[in-house]
Amino acid sequence: MRIPILKLHNYLLISIQIDLDDQTAIQFQEDLLNKIHKSGATGVVIDLTSVDIIDSFIAKVLGDVVTMSDLMGAKVVLTGIQPAVAMTLIELGIHLQDVQTALDLEQGLIKLRQELEG
Amino acid sequence: MGFNPCVNIRKEWDIVGARQLGREHAKELGFGTVDQARIATAISELARNIYLYAGTGKVCFEIINQLDKKGLKIIAVDKGPGIRDISQVMQDGYSTSGGLGAGLPGVKRLMDHFEIRSDSGEGTEIEAIKWVR
Repeated sequence: MRIPILKLHNYLLISIQIDLDDQTAIQFQEDLLNKIHKSGATGVVIDLTSVDIIDSFIAKVLGDVVTMSDLMGAKVVLTGIQPAVAMTLIELGIHLQDVQTALDLEQGLIKLRQELEG
Repeated sequence: MGFNPCVNIRKEWDIVGARQLGREHAKELGFGTVDQARIATAISELARNIYLYAGTGKVCFEIINQLDKKGLKIIAVDKGPGIRDISQVMQDGYSTSGGLGAGLPGVKRLMDHFEIRSDSGEGTEIEAIKWVR
């Protein structure tokens, strides 16, 4: 399964709406980096509103894709992390410290704009 | 809804199948959304360990009905290489697979009861219980 990546001006928008298996997560990582490369996008929002579980593997893939995108020059914001997911992640011992987050897609875009356009 | 006691873990997708079934059982038992997420995440970690380190195994569910409380027991069993040093794998950040090393100590924190039995060469059995509050 492939996760659709939408382009909006110089941003990429992704809404993850499926229960992520490992393969799909890794494929997404690769697809996103390729899309950043091709489109020259400077900002990315990954919306996790519909994701009701993030385990240590998915967290690693997400954390890695943020760092990888950053290396390429694109800022990533994760949005919409559910309360139950946030609690579970911290209890698991996963802090995703260098990752930018926002409450929802709208706030995520505002955050990106502030960061990129100063 | 019928109670399906075990999910075989043979391929990567079975990790998703196991945690979805576990979440359904948790929901039926009356767990809230946060506990459902804890249980599903714990199952995901246990099933992935089976897939990564043993190749195959199974995750089983048992409903515990006691006079004063009820809960869901998860049993993860494999006949893989086993764990040589259990205290080492229970340390945060320890991983032999390039992962975050959050798996087993994380599962212990997410659940109310956690027990692990393993012998080198004999496989591993992990039991974890969450009580309905």
